[in-house]
Amino acid sequence: MKKLFKLILILSFFSLYSAQTFAAEKVDYLKTDWSFKGLFGKFDRASLQRGYQVYTEVCASCHSMKYLSYRNLSEEGGPEFSEAAAKAIAASFDVKDGPNADGEMFTRPGKLSDKFVMPYDNVKAAQAANGGAYPPDMSVLVKARGGGVDYIYSLLQGYEDPPSGVTLDDGVYYNKYMYGNKIRMAAPLSDGIVEYGDGTNASVEQMSKDVTTFLMWAAEPHLEARHQMGFKAIVYLIILTILVYFSMKKIWSRVESEV
Amino acid sequence: MSDHDYKPKSKVGQWFNDRLPLLTLANHLTDYPTPKNLNYWWTFGGILTFCLITQIITGLTLAMHYIAHADMAFESVEHIMRDVNYGWLIRYIHANGASMFFLAVYIHIFRSLFYGSYKSPREIIWILGIVIYLLMMAAAFMGYVLPWGQMSFWGATVITNLFSAIPLVGEGIVTWLWGGYSVDNPTLTRFFTLHYLIPFLILGLVVLHIWALHVPGNNNPVGIDIKKPSKDTVPFHPYIVIKDGFALLMFMIVFAFFVFYTPNILGHADNYIEANPMVTPAHIVPEWYLLPFYAILRSVPDKLLGVVAMLSAILILAALPWLDTSKIRSAVFRPLYKQFYWILVADVLILGYVGAMPAEGLYLLIARVATAYYFLHFLVILPVLGFKERTLPVPLSITEPILGGSPNLAAARHRESKIK
Repeated sequence: MKKLFKLILILSFFSLYSAQTFAAEKVDYLKTDWSFKGLFGKFDRASLQRGYQVYTEVCASCHSMKYLSYRNLSEEGGPEFSEAAAKAIAASFDVKDGPNADGEMFTRPGKLSDKFVMPYDNVKAAQAANGGAYPPDMSVLVKARGGGVDYIYSLLQGYEDPPSGVTLDDGVYYNKYMYGNKIRMAAPLSDGIVEYGDGTNASVEQMSKDVTTFLMWAAEPHLEARHQMGFKAIVYLIILTILVYFSMKKIWSRVESEV
Repeated sequence: MSDHDYKPKSKVGQWFNDRLPLLTLANHLTDYPTPKNLNYWWTFGGILTFCLITQIITGLTLAMHYIAHADMAFESVEHIMRDVNYGWLIRYIHANGASMFFLAVYIHIFRSLFYGSYKSPREIIWILGIVIYLLMMAAAFMGYVLPWGQMSFWGATVITNLFSAIPLVGEGIVTWLWGGYSVDNPTLTRFFTLHYLIPFLILGLVVLHIWALHVPGNNNPVGIDIKKPSKDTVPFHPYIVIKDGFALLMFMIVFAFFVFYTPNILGHADNYIEANPMVTPAHIVPEWYLLPFYAILRSVPDKLLGVVAMLSAILILAALPWLDTSKIRSAVFRPLYKQFYWILVADVLILGYVGAMPAEGLYLLIARVATAYYFLHFLVILPVLGFKERTLPVPLSITEPILGGSPNLAAARHRESKIK
């Protein structure tokens, strides 16, 4: 058993070591309780729905989310809008389709199977409209940033006046959590910029939390299924390991040797 | 060994076995006499086989949905993560499986180093292992390119550019590798092809590795030659099978924790940004398992010499059976080697750490010292140690230290002679 303990110790050392190696740039991000962290972490449904509202009313005017479809909004483990609600959301967007029988492109209301409509036709158009900076696609944004959700959550609340001595070009803003502190995006959130249907107070902090939760789901739509399956799988493995351990002891008891 | 005169019981079995001795092989594998004092460090061979099979099965499944095209690769990976049934599970097993594979292979290699498993008569097993390790690195590197994220693209650019250090033909070789004048679609498709091929080459080499192992049999913690079969050995089945199985399950728990709870911790965030030839990431970092060699590469100021140093760091291992001049295998009986062994372990861990840090200032200095020590260990310390070291008395058989149960060697020998 002592050897086993040593083995576990070394394995955990290796995992810590590699995690440490990658946490090279340490910044103290703002912290909040994320409901989706931990062994049984699940998304807060209401927060996801509010987060979608923030995304669609604020972020979506510049940021695309090209890997998501409207059907995802009603799928299990997500915001879980009713199918009717998701259909209504989809229908509120104009989708370019075609060519039709006459060879013409046409516009129709969106369907559940459509991908989220993009704010710009292409990257160049997006850059042209944003002073040369491309607003990144938000589908996997949370996973594409070192600090993950904490980084996004902090960034949204990190706007402040530049310290003396720092001069900013036109269209550049100061954000204490941004890499290099200079960001091309103006502070997107301000108190009350959206009006939540469920009566939640739309403070910057609340909206940051909601939209970040929504982005986490967008990047990891199967997170809840993963946590649920993970717990079952690990419990199963532990029970099996214990059974095999006793079988091993029994089998090896025939030999005068220690296992 | 008893398997040579093995005869299947049934008539049909005999008929078949006379024509294709598969049953003899199966009998050999189950009866294979294994030293009974193998500790848990010896279970990593089985664990590695599991890793290889897991990578092949998940890889085949991913290949059914993946599209190897510069414009579609990133999107197809997202398609796997979102829309393919349990695609997220398969991909996370495959991606973390690579890390687990390397974790296991490093433990396996360092076990060999500690117990002198590379020494005569096991040199061929060891060299086959080094070839497998090289192929693993190639497979892992190319696999990391396939999602076509920023780190994929720039990692591929940096690593393939190393070949340009070769005088005269270097540039030509790089163009040939790329299939163009930069990393692009032709590079991606050939990397996909090779990434698909290499695991099967590894599988073939693993068969040879195990075959070569079954000729002299396993080394063991005491590091002495043993009679087979004897009271020092147990049949592979059920003794080793159940023990390997137990260790594998423990390993799978760690594996599952990564897959289900921190699936992206071993990857780099930049790889969730689609490859963009116009934007270079702030730090280009290889996967953790390549970091020690990356540190060696960067510690040499000259590009060509850096590449030479990096390759030598791996290839020097192949010469290890001849660099280590000591006749004693196990570090248990080599008090000095044991200390140098742990210094080497620390040295490699330090190299891994500085490999992830920017190559400047103190980090660069540490990398240089650690690189120098790495070569010093293999080229100077090991050869000299074999002549200078005063080793401890080695027991006559495995049973001896166990039966003795006391540091009193004479008493143990006496007890053993009575048993004989």
